Amino acid sequence: MIDIFLPVITMAALGLLFSVGLVFAYQKLRVEEDPRIVDVAESLPQANCGACGYSGCRAFAEAVAGGHAPASGCPVGGNETAQRIAQILGLEAEAVIKKVARLHCRGDREAARERGAYLGLTTCYAAGLVGGNKQCSYGCMGYGDCVRVCLFDALDMGEDGLPHVREDKCTACGKCVDACPRNLFELHPLEQEILVFCRSLDRGPTAKKACKNACIGCGICARACPEAIEMRDNLAYIRDYKKIAPEQIPAIEKCPTGSIGRIHKEDEG
Amino acid sequence: MDLLMLFITAVFVQNYVLYYFLGICPFLGVSKKIDSAVSMGLAVTFVMTITAVVSWIINHWILIPYRLDYLQIVAFILVIASLVQLVEMFIRKISPPLYQALGIYLPLITTNCAIMGLALLAALKNFSFIQTVIYGVGSGLGFTLAIVLMAGIREQLDLADVPKPLKGAGIALIVAGIMALAFTGFSGMIT
Repeated sequence: MIDIFLPVITMAALGLLFSVGLVFAYQKLRVEEDPRIVDVAESLPQANCGACGYSGCRAFAEAVAGGHAPASGCPVGGNETAQRIAQILGLEAEAVIKKVARLHCRGDREAARERGAYLGLTTCYAAGLVGGNKQCSYGCMGYGDCVRVCLFDALDMGEDGLPHVREDKCTACGKCVDACPRNLFELHPLEQEILVFCRSLDRGPTAKKACKNACIGCGICARACPEAIEMRDNLAYIRDYKKIAPEQIPAIEKCPTGSIGRIHKEDEG
Repeated sequence: MDLLMLFITAVFVQNYVLYYFLGICPFLGVSKKIDSAVSMGLAVTFVMTITAVVSWIINHWILIPYRLDYLQIVAFILVIASLVQLVEMFIRKISPPLYQALGIYLPLITTNCAIMGLALLAALKNFSFIQTVIYGVGSGLGFTLAIVLMAGIREQLDLADVPKPLKGAGIALIVAGIMALAFTGFSGMIT
């Protein structure tokens, strides 16, 4: 019996000795930590995705508690998280405008003409190096680099050869924005209805020949709403969607190619 | 004279990183800047010295008299874990920026095999108390020397045109290998 007790007692005594030593050391060397950091860190999504610009949820929590980052800085957590953080810090949170990724191309299989058969690696990055598979050198190549990087299952490749964004799942983390070699994704507020669905800088006839849905730079939309829309390099840009009045929308939708318009018109119909 | 030889052996000839290849994790992880490499080296030296002393006491006063040598590993882990906790608290109190710079590698000293190796080797070689202390300090300084040299080289490497596939860990391991080769040159010092 003694053979078992001796080692057990020895180890227990040693453990006790060291733990008592550590307890005393802790009393002497304790560092007060801001308790708000822990609270904020707990209310974050813990995805550690880095969408806030910090190296992880913990780093963001430290920045928020230190006043270096806004309470609404976590795009993944959205409004709910921002309100909770604001409560912890005793601040008024500015409401987070939910953003989603939008694809600036409508060159689907039907509309965009192919340039030839591309037989290389089926990634957009590889295809883009040799000029892509379509006549339009600005449009979506449809090999799904964006779908592969999406961590939230918010993108899927449609039958039409274009990726589709699921608004309810998109967290606006911006991974697809970085992944697209042609910069076709951009983060827009969910409430923004009117978008330009083209990135082609080709002149009208060339653009039209390559894709039926391309912006041909005619400027009808810019004339309909000069406060919000401007033309640059044969392409329409929306400067400030809030300045588009509801009564101007029908005039904007007169676009001959449908490259500017409401995002949901097609999906709902 | 024997003690001096023991010290030189521990620092140069049987360097823990470059001879035994123990403790590679912090050696690669914290060797990007000389400042943090020095701090890491000193932290490891401190833990090594105290570990050597405490584990000698435990080994010779408790384990060997009661014929519990087989508990060496467990008992030494206990010593190391407690000491690292102590060092961590101490550094956090004294210098928060240093605590940030050492990051995860500070608690990882606990699982640093160089320290465990030191405690076990010192027990295996039947060192006297004084020899153990010298051996602990020497091994720690040897680790510090290796990591600081490495940090110096890596600071220069940042400016060098390293082939893309070798950037980062690749070139660091190659440098470590060349340093180990160079350190074998010291083995002629003891016969």
